[in-house]
Amino acid sequence: MSAPVYNFAYLDEQTKRMIRRAILKAIAIPGYQVPFASREMPMPYGWGTGGVQVTAAILGPDEVLKVIDQGSDDTTNAVSIRKFFAKTAGVRTTTRTAEATVIQTRHRIPETPLGAHQVLVYQVPIPEPLRFLEPRETETRQMHALADYGVMHVKLYEDIARHGHIATTYAYPVKVNGRYVTDPSPTPKFDNPKMNDSPALQLFGAGREKRIYAIPPYTAVVSLDFEDHPFERYRHDGSCALCGSAESFLDEVVTDDHGGRMFVCSDTDYCEGRRGAAQEGAQEGAP
Amino acid sequence: MIERDEDQPLLVAEGLSKWYGKQLGCRDVSFSLYPGEVIAVVGESGSGKTTLLQLLSAQLAPSRGRVRYCMRDGATRDLASLGEAERRFLFRTDWGYVHQDPALGLRMSVSAGANVGERLMAIGWRHYGQIRHTAGDWLARVEIDGGRIDDAPYTYSGGMRQRLQIARNLVTRPRLVFMDEPTGGLDVSVQARLLDLLRGLVAELALAAVIVTHDLAVARLLSHRVIVMKDGEIVETGLTDQVLDDPHQPYTQLLVSSVLPP
Repeated sequence: MSAPVYNFAYLDEQTKRMIRRAILKAIAIPGYQVPFASREMPMPYGWGTGGVQVTAAILGPDEVLKVIDQGSDDTTNAVSIRKFFAKTAGVRTTTRTAEATVIQTRHRIPETPLGAHQVLVYQVPIPEPLRFLEPRETETRQMHALADYGVMHVKLYEDIARHGHIATTYAYPVKVNGRYVTDPSPTPKFDNPKMNDSPALQLFGAGREKRIYAIPPYTAVVSLDFEDHPFERYRHDGSCALCGSAESFLDEVVTDDHGGRMFVCSDTDYCEGRRGAAQEGAQEGAP
Repeated sequence: MIERDEDQPLLVAEGLSKWYGKQLGCRDVSFSLYPGEVIAVVGESGSGKTTLLQLLSAQLAPSRGRVRYCMRDGATRDLASLGEAERRFLFRTDWGYVHQDPALGLRMSVSAGANVGERLMAIGWRHYGQIRHTAGDWLARVEIDGGRIDDAPYTYSGGMRQRLQIARNLVTRPRLVFMDEPTGGLDVSVQARLLDLLRGLVAELALAAVIVTHDLAVARLLSHRVIVMKDGEIVETGLTDQVLDDPHQPYTQLLVSSVLPP
């Protein structure tokens, strides 16, 4: 018995061509959800089957891959997807944002600003921002076609009426290139401004829902809001307990059952980078 | 309000017919509706009233005939020639549609304020304070306590829901409102209050309206003219008091005489 032989990056070439066509179409119409023939992947839905297919379709042998889950490089999902491509494509992997050319992500955009040579691939559970307001898919497609988006503000209105402010904290709807209202996948709204005018290409893959959409480089991405209740970023009021950053997005970690807690950077690479730099600085400063 | 030529009809139905396969919905219906005029369409169940209303409001395509509508810019357009985007725009600005069942016309799990404000947001209002203020105004006009503005309609009584639906429709100051049995399913005292309110609003806003009802009392209270339908066709039409007090056709006579005396 010989070991199973995979095509480069697992998917067969015809499938990759099909996905690339969908990606090209998605780039041509920023924010528009392009249907594609999503394949069964060797992982359950909800674990990033859409993102994995997009990554497989754009990966070349010289790419350097980074995979993050909730900002972290070392959680199960990130580790297994990284290993998956190391095995099936033999590409170099990294945890350093600056070194990566393809970054597959679930729920975060790295703190380190991205460059024009990088592609950010999002794993998307629910690509349709209108889903919870209008359950009929036929109707939401009409609404997108006609830019009939009044109902999106109904949701924000409800937030303010109930909580006094826009309480949506993740999957905060954006308008891409002044046309399509798009779900930025469940990233915290803290990351929304990073999507605007980004030099990196942003691709979104939803495997179960069989949709791909894209935000091309240097595209205007505006978070929806009201004139008197403008969009605001949100982060915990504090600084990272490990690296001391007062700018990064923080995770709250409960440390005991007596109310003890600490805040740490959600982006582990950013946090490690800062700690490494601080250590070097301290060593240089020593006699 | 912009001065308008009162002689030009707002809505003209020309030879409207609708078949559902072999089943007739309505046949050869023609009439004109003038600005500020209220027409009641009466008849028994299955006489084609609701079909007619859906044809007039471009929710159904007629099998034959056409509907012409005088747009806000004064141009008269055949409704069949409107694109989907134009039709939707018309529906949320210049028209209102009051369903018999308020659950069809409202978002039941979204607050009353957002229900009223939805049309405003759809036409581009982006100031929360203004939207909320306008919604509050309209709730007051339909006699809903301002304290209920953040409550969802599923917490409202039947009469309140119907009034909320009316506010939601009128907030963009439409010129034409379609009503399908607006008082159906309400008890008599609530009906009376709703009718009173509607009569006031129709007069105040100079609304034109097509009201489908099987209740001749509603027709008498609200409408200027009455169209009597039977088996999909118009059997009699005329001024409301004329038709109801001096019906000419046997069917109309039957209809009028079958109202139980209180």
